[in-house]
Amino acid sequence: MTGIHLDATTLPASTAGTQPRSRLKEAGRARTAKRVKAVSLNGLGLVIAIVTLLPIFLMISTAFKPSQEIYSLTPHLLPSHPTLSNFRQVSSGQVTGGIGSVWLFVRNSFGVALITVLIASLLALLAAVGVARFRFRFRTTFLIMLLIVQMIPLNALIIALFLDFKSLNLLGSLTGLVLVYAAQALPVTIWMLRNFVATVPKELEEAAAIDGATGPKIFWRILLPLVAPGLVATSIFAFITAYNEFIVALTFLGQTHGAYTLPIFLTYFFGQHGAAWGPIMAASTIYTIPAVIFFLVVRRRLVGGLTAGAVKG
Amino acid sequence: MAETIQHPPAVLHNRPGSTRVRISSFIRRHKLAPYLLLLPALIGIALVVLWPLVQMVIFSFQNYGLPQVTGALATQWVGFGNFTATFHDSVFWQSLRNSVLFAVVVVPLSLAVGTVVGLLLNRLGKKMSLLISTSALLAWATPPVSGAVLFFWMFNPDGGVVDWGLSKMPHWLVGSTNWANYNWATTGALPAYTLISILVIWQAFPFIAVTVLAGLKTIPAELNEAARVDGASAWRIFWRVTMPLMKPIYLVLLLLSVIWDFNIFTQSDVIIGLANTNEYNLSLYIYDKAFTFPPTYGLGGALAIIFAFILLVVTVGYVRSSVRQGALT
Repeated sequence: MTGIHLDATTLPASTAGTQPRSRLKEAGRARTAKRVKAVSLNGLGLVIAIVTLLPIFLMISTAFKPSQEIYSLTPHLLPSHPTLSNFRQVSSGQVTGGIGSVWLFVRNSFGVALITVLIASLLALLAAVGVARFRFRFRTTFLIMLLIVQMIPLNALIIALFLDFKSLNLLGSLTGLVLVYAAQALPVTIWMLRNFVATVPKELEEAAAIDGATGPKIFWRILLPLVAPGLVATSIFAFITAYNEFIVALTFLGQTHGAYTLPIFLTYFFGQHGAAWGPIMAASTIYTIPAVIFFLVVRRRLVGGLTAGAVKG
Repeated sequence: MAETIQHPPAVLHNRPGSTRVRISSFIRRHKLAPYLLLLPALIGIALVVLWPLVQMVIFSFQNYGLPQVTGALATQWVGFGNFTATFHDSVFWQSLRNSVLFAVVVVPLSLAVGTVVGLLLNRLGKKMSLLISTSALLAWATPPVSGAVLFFWMFNPDGGVVDWGLSKMPHWLVGSTNWANYNWATTGALPAYTLISILVIWQAFPFIAVTVLAGLKTIPAELNEAARVDGASAWRIFWRVTMPLMKPIYLVLLLLSVIWDFNIFTQSDVIIGLANTNEYNLSLYIYDKAFTFPPTYGLGGALAIIFAFILLVVTVGYVRSSVRQGALT
């Protein structure tokens, strides 16, 4: 207590001193303090980066380790004898409990995610134009409904969805998943696209209309090229949502192994062969890499896009 | 009706009488365009979100279960029976406690870590920032299932790095637990949720950090400069200048984090599974009621409605803050 008090009173007194030497010393001390601060901030940054990277690094390095290295009593950061055998095993489907090669599930996951993106982008773009270009009754109601729907978690609805899709005979098929994912992605994609559509000047469309262009023509020729960057961002959002989704795929696909998406395959594999860490990490790496690539592609847009629903863009 | 007079069918002179023209003039006259544009999306949302939500409410007031699904018995209305049964169920209270405690611990922690990283990204040089933001992006991009399997393995007694690391540390630091064989996932709710907390913070802080960074960039440098000239310390500048300006961003981050962290089915299913009821959270318990044999959809419905209601309270806060920031214009 008193120490702090003393510092506070002595500090201004010493700076008030007019001797040039003490002033020089003061400046030198300030410079060292600044350097210490910079070094410690950079050190903290480095620690954060390493701790954050470590799990992913371990996943990838384990995927390349032969099994005797994985189960050795002292873990090593890097494989001393790197091998592709784990990848070969998941690729041939040898250790996958006989449910198939990992590439089958890669294909399922990509198929589901891509068709989800197509449907969601089309429907969301139409709705975004409606909301951004027109003032109409229920507009506010619709927007608030989107905000609320966006927050309803799938696990609160999963029982009803399961029973509905069961009666539609769509369980165990990728079609069922696509329908749920596309509808689930709509609220956020509409919100994101709405901001992009709103930035396209209305005058452009009016000019085209005066020149005799019809509604659909204006849409295809003027609006669509201009909101294309927005469409890319929303498409990636919809893709990632579908690619990561777990609970719906888990309940819908049940024992239909051939229709498994990557997350369901990975957990199934993990449940069946809980200790086959090499192949599990290889499968996990194969599953993670596309998501990482997509994130790197859109890194600039990620912030704006995800908060667009909340903070006006 | 006045609209017909205000808006004469302008296109009609093109090809009078053709069906296409007649339809488009009908749309124009009744100002249907926005509704038609919204209709496909609305149908999708109605079928996959709104109708199931209504069904969940219906189920929660019925004795819907296996005999009703097979048709052996007729479905009956049971009033609030499912809700009273839930409120007398100790597993429900245990699950609710786990869900609430998890959110209460993880939300502030991930906001704090995200803020520190955001501030660092704002202060550090280009190379260091790029290194941190790239590693954060990788954590963020990792699919939840991959992350859960990965962390399960790192915290595994059978060759996991964390257990190995802890067993190598001196006893005075980490206690005398036999860390080499410590099973984080099955020993109890506390270790299991500690593991899930670290996983969720690892995946959640990057989004918070980049959002905070984006917010920091909007604060004019002169404000901080002025405060520094007036002799304010960095700590004081952060709380008195930065924080008040960032309040709207933090409100949104807080609400989103609460909603995300209250609702962590994926990670808890992979790490905890359906083995220990004392480690359940609400999401796991809903799933258990509906998809372990015999299914009790009525009780599951009641649980889902309670779960959705708690989230709705938070969502109302989210919607109100969005509206106040002019999101609807």
